[in-house]
Amino acid sequence: MSIKKELLLLSRDIGGIVILFVMPMMLLIAVTMVQSGSFDSLLGTRMQVLLVDHDQDSISWRIRQSFANDGALELIDQLGGKPILESEAKGLVHQGDYQLAIVLPKDLSKDLQVHVKQNVSKILAEFDFSADTIRATGGHPVAAKEIKLYFDPATQAAFKTAVRMSIDKLVSNIETEAIYSTFQSELGEPGDSSFTEQQFISFKEMDDSANGRSVIPNAAQHNVPAWALFAIFFIVVPLSINIVKEKSQGTMVRISTSPTSYGTFLMGKTAGYLLVSLIQFYLMLLVGVYIFPYLGLQHFQVKGYFLLLSLIAFFSGLAAIGLGMLIGTIASTQEQSAPFGATLTVVLAAFGGVWVPVFLMPNIMQKLSVLSPMNWGLNAFYDVLLRNGGFKAILPAIILLFLFFILTLSIAIIYDKKKKTV
Amino acid sequence: MSKIVIHIDSLSKKYRGSQEFAVENLSLTIVQGEIFGLLGPNGAGKTTLISMLCGLITPSEGTFTIHDFSYHESPKQLKASIGVVPQDFALYPSLTAKENLCYFGSMYGLKGKMLGDKADAALASLGLAGYKDKQVGTFSGGMKRRINLLAAVLHEPAVLFLDEPTVGVDVHSKKAIMGYLLELNAQGTTIVYTSHHLQEAQEFCTRVGIIESGKLWRIGSPEALIASIPQANNLEDVFIDLTGRGFRDG
Repeated sequence: MSIKKELLLLSRDIGGIVILFVMPMMLLIAVTMVQSGSFDSLLGTRMQVLLVDHDQDSISWRIRQSFANDGALELIDQLGGKPILESEAKGLVHQGDYQLAIVLPKDLSKDLQVHVKQNVSKILAEFDFSADTIRATGGHPVAAKEIKLYFDPATQAAFKTAVRMSIDKLVSNIETEAIYSTFQSELGEPGDSSFTEQQFISFKEMDDSANGRSVIPNAAQHNVPAWALFAIFFIVVPLSINIVKEKSQGTMVRISTSPTSYGTFLMGKTAGYLLVSLIQFYLMLLVGVYIFPYLGLQHFQVKGYFLLLSLIAFFSGLAAIGLGMLIGTIASTQEQSAPFGATLTVVLAAFGGVWVPVFLMPNIMQKLSVLSPMNWGLNAFYDVLLRNGGFKAILPAIILLFLFFILTLSIAIIYDKKKKTV
Repeated sequence: MSKIVIHIDSLSKKYRGSQEFAVENLSLTIVQGEIFGLLGPNGAGKTTLISMLCGLITPSEGTFTIHDFSYHESPKQLKASIGVVPQDFALYPSLTAKENLCYFGSMYGLKGKMLGDKADAALASLGLAGYKDKQVGTFSGGMKRRINLLAAVLHEPAVLFLDEPTVGVDVHSKKAIMGYLLELNAQGTTIVYTSHHLQEAQEFCTRVGIIESGKLWRIGSPEALIASIPQANNLEDVFIDLTGRGFRDG
């Protein structure tokens, strides 16, 4: 009867339904679309990079080749059919039209060859291999060259570092190759295979999934569980208001004077609101699975995960309801419960890694994040979706969520009892 | 001899942080079938006393039993034997009249068809049968008062506590409510009633207790109390004589 009452009350509150069901879905779509853009710019679609090429020689060619093979970055060396000037590139990047411009100095390839040849000749001369060559390449040392990189001021630091490292690696490779070929040439052994330019140490990215099933995380895989969790926890606001309303409209007096205990009353609310939170969760899943593809977003994969995801949502819902009931029990007015509940939910979301992934947080925040029940839920979702974990993997998280529910519910009941002894 | 339904023994309540007792060493016995009026100025301790008897707050000292159930030993049984009609409309405005009654009835263990039938019968008895499926939020003050009363009696309590049951209602609703209460009383329900309508209390109650500063000052039938004060013509004269003419806003 209590569940029926809660559902009847909710179903007759159109504003409440919009807040509980429609707003989280809108939030999920908006955030995923925004984040999908940044994910794509880094991972999916090719980012356009301006190239001011004063070199027009081998290094320029190698950089173009490297970027063409990379797939993530697209070099643009002409605008309006004309080569780009450095000042023009600098201005466009500064305005934020492009995130990066690379400026290759004049004679970069030629001077590198001369520089390498001078160094090689010097070394060979020390071993007295060929005095003629040394004399032939002697002369003034070549001035150091620099490749200029212009970044949009708003570019993320991680992206800047990645680009710097890539270009540094490319230049090192070119220099190494130049040294090898100069040695070969100076030693008069063209085509000799004694020097291999092939990389000796390479990287291989290993798949750590236990069952061989691997999912590449995308914006949807991150956002659907994260924002579903946020929506589930936002139930704290209407639930705490609901309890405060019971007190202010006098219905709590009836309940308190009936043989039904406060705990039983709260359990009735738990069942009703748990149903609401599960409906919220499934609506979010439906958005991820069916609406995302229509909006050009990556679709959310639930195949094979449905039961485990439901289990996490169930216990996350319990934790959220416990918190809502505690706030509702302690608060005397809606003015206390609504802003406090909303702010606390946002803070727990921020701590829990809903807004910013935990690994990007400062050290102290990373330590504090484990205190947020949203972090437990989110990690459990990631265990299932991204790490292919099973029931065992999520068990610690759901135990924590359940204990959080028991703890908050117990405090609410004890607080209510204490209130009677005023 | 009538059965004692409410037995209060040296009951006191001092709120945390307060220097004074809200109810002090109060003893009282109410027998079955009585309509007992608890009268007193604002802040006299009426609400505190009723709140203790209903289990809303715990006493600082003393004991009480209702229908032989002690609050300390059998609170559940005690609560099952009482009905409470708060002064506020303690109803869900977005639920219908019948949904409200069924929900509150279910808190006393009523369920299924019996619950629905009892709700229908109760609504019909106070002229609300035609409104049973309408949301309470759309009702007039008088209709809400009637529903407020019905929500407390669906489980047929042995004792009914009423806090200002007719405040703010028109004469028709008032007549219906008082008539209904007399009917319940005739069936054996003991009624404990607080009101500022002294004329109503004089006509309605079989016995009244006047409470002031947490203590029971006078107790007796309205007629006996009126007779005990020279030149008193009604309960209002008795009340003024005992509690004074000053304002009681504190």
